[in-house]
Amino acid sequence: MTQLTIKQLEHRAYVLREDVIRMLERAGSGHSAGPLGLADIFATLYFDVMKYDPKNPLWGDRDYFFLSNGHCVPIQYAAMAEAGFFPKEELMTLRKLGSRLQGHPERTKLPGLENTSGPLGSGLSQAAGVAQVLQYIDKQPHRFVYVVTGDGELDEGNIWEAAMFAGKYKLSQLIVFVDRNNIQIDGTTDQVMPLEDLRGKWESFGWHVQEIDGHNVESIRDAASMARAIKNQPSVIIAHTIPGKGVDFMEYDYHWHGAPPNSQQAKEALHKLRTLDGKITGEHQ
Amino acid sequence: MTYQLVENLFAKDVVAEPIRAGFGRGLKAAGEADERVVALCADLTDSTQMSKFKEAFPERFVEIGVAEQNLVTVASGMARAGKIPFTSSYAAFSPGRNWEQIRTTICLNDQPVVVVGSHAGVSVGPDGATHQMLEDIALMRVLPNMVVIAPGDSVEAEKATQAIAASGKPAYLRLAREKTPIFSLEKSPFEIGKAYVLRTGKDITLLGTGTMTYQLLVTAEELKKHGVDAEVVHVPTIKPLDEATILKSVTKTGRVVTAEEAQINGGFGGAIAELLGEKKPLPLLRIGMKDRFGESGAPDELLEHFGLTGSKIASSVREFIGDTKQKRGKK
Repeated sequence: MTQLTIKQLEHRAYVLREDVIRMLERAGSGHSAGPLGLADIFATLYFDVMKYDPKNPLWGDRDYFFLSNGHCVPIQYAAMAEAGFFPKEELMTLRKLGSRLQGHPERTKLPGLENTSGPLGSGLSQAAGVAQVLQYIDKQPHRFVYVVTGDGELDEGNIWEAAMFAGKYKLSQLIVFVDRNNIQIDGTTDQVMPLEDLRGKWESFGWHVQEIDGHNVESIRDAASMARAIKNQPSVIIAHTIPGKGVDFMEYDYHWHGAPPNSQQAKEALHKLRTLDGKITGEHQ
Repeated sequence: MTYQLVENLFAKDVVAEPIRAGFGRGLKAAGEADERVVALCADLTDSTQMSKFKEAFPERFVEIGVAEQNLVTVASGMARAGKIPFTSSYAAFSPGRNWEQIRTTICLNDQPVVVVGSHAGVSVGPDGATHQMLEDIALMRVLPNMVVIAPGDSVEAEKATQAIAASGKPAYLRLAREKTPIFSLEKSPFEIGKAYVLRTGKDITLLGTGTMTYQLLVTAEELKKHGVDAEVVHVPTIKPLDEATILKSVTKTGRVVTAEEAQINGGFGGAIAELLGEKKPLPLLRIGMKDRFGESGAPDELLEHFGLTGSKIASSVREFIGDTKQKRGKK
């Protein structure tokens, strides 16, 4: 894989966002805010950070990726299609009968997925299980296990069971991105269930903690690089993101957590994305 | 082939051993046979009998702590990394505490994780209702992809554990705490999905699973004294059911009794009721816990109290036969 420049990664993130809008509009249901907010992280993970082979999803030297907050899977599907795991046209089958692209990810349906998730809080544990095997049983220190979790998801007890476990076993090949977008279904995370001191929580469980701007691909890349270099501790990267990033009428609004755009909203959203909110013009206008 | 039983089955000194002890030996043997076998425990390594495996393969044993949700989800991840994980705790906690994780990350995700629920049933004894898991059969058998097995004695548990490890399927293995008389022999058959006729008879079919199979053998002896010729069928695999063996027996006898140390609603009795309802409607008596919780007491005392000993079951069966005869207007 040729190394992409920062500009190319940023552009890739916008392409993924456009795919997400089109998929959700076609599906008529699904989550908008989270996937848009995660686009920069997915673009960086899939097109810079992770080792994988889309033509051989079970490649024995691949890195693992676990999406713990399964409802954000549209952005993963978009990244996987862009990476060549399956044809991009298939993105439009999201949530339709017979599709491999289920509303929440199902490993057995789509090669390239490592887990089945949706009910929150379990993906981190599954990733920790893989990291345990890589570090202690199969002894493959060159492979890493990447995880994305939501911040609302951190309400789940299962998450902290996993955090304690990974801390005890010092699972240094485990690298977690927390999508700190401050929203969940019933409101802001502060209203629903305050998470702060979030950094302190992870540190007290024995984790190496970084906090970054989750829309700065250079920061994302550097944080992943730092996390890989940390030995003797699992790593969490608290990525501060804007829910709905790139589509101004969705940004920061928790009502877009679990809603798709209608066709007019989708048209408007795609325009915003293609023009970088009016900053550039193109043939589509 | 006739199933050969231990000879002095009804003697006072019949050899008895906790079913979980057979699991401990079976897990170690499975670990020797396949290095992909790993074991995870939630702070109950000795009492769930994982210690033998832990001693033999310390690098393949993972202590999870008192965290049953994490227990099965870490196991799911280890399965993704190519391992065959056995997880153990008391059945009240796993699968009692972590059903959704088992559903999503093991069954829907189709990973060969084995959930071992030890200390199931009222015979757990003095610990009381919180620890006497009775709903596990119902909880596990409704899950697609899940195999459910309750071995009848420790010798069979050893074989079942090894068969599950080799199967590559998600499975629930139900174990009991107290000593259970051993009725099977080293050479007795065990295959996942098979039921075994332990004793032939023509008047009634007694279907048993787990600890209750031995009790049914006692029941059949008792019934013989009263002129009732009972057939005893041991059903260690509750899912998938060996429908052919069961239907063949009940078609011959025309009356059916199930026995389990669990809730009859949704449990083994529930499974048999579903089978008979669809394929062979026949009078059915379900022995087990009837929509209530257990309580503290000595194990034997509790089995007696809840009508789960061989002689208590025999009384219930004789009453049942009387009722069905009346309804049929015979004799």
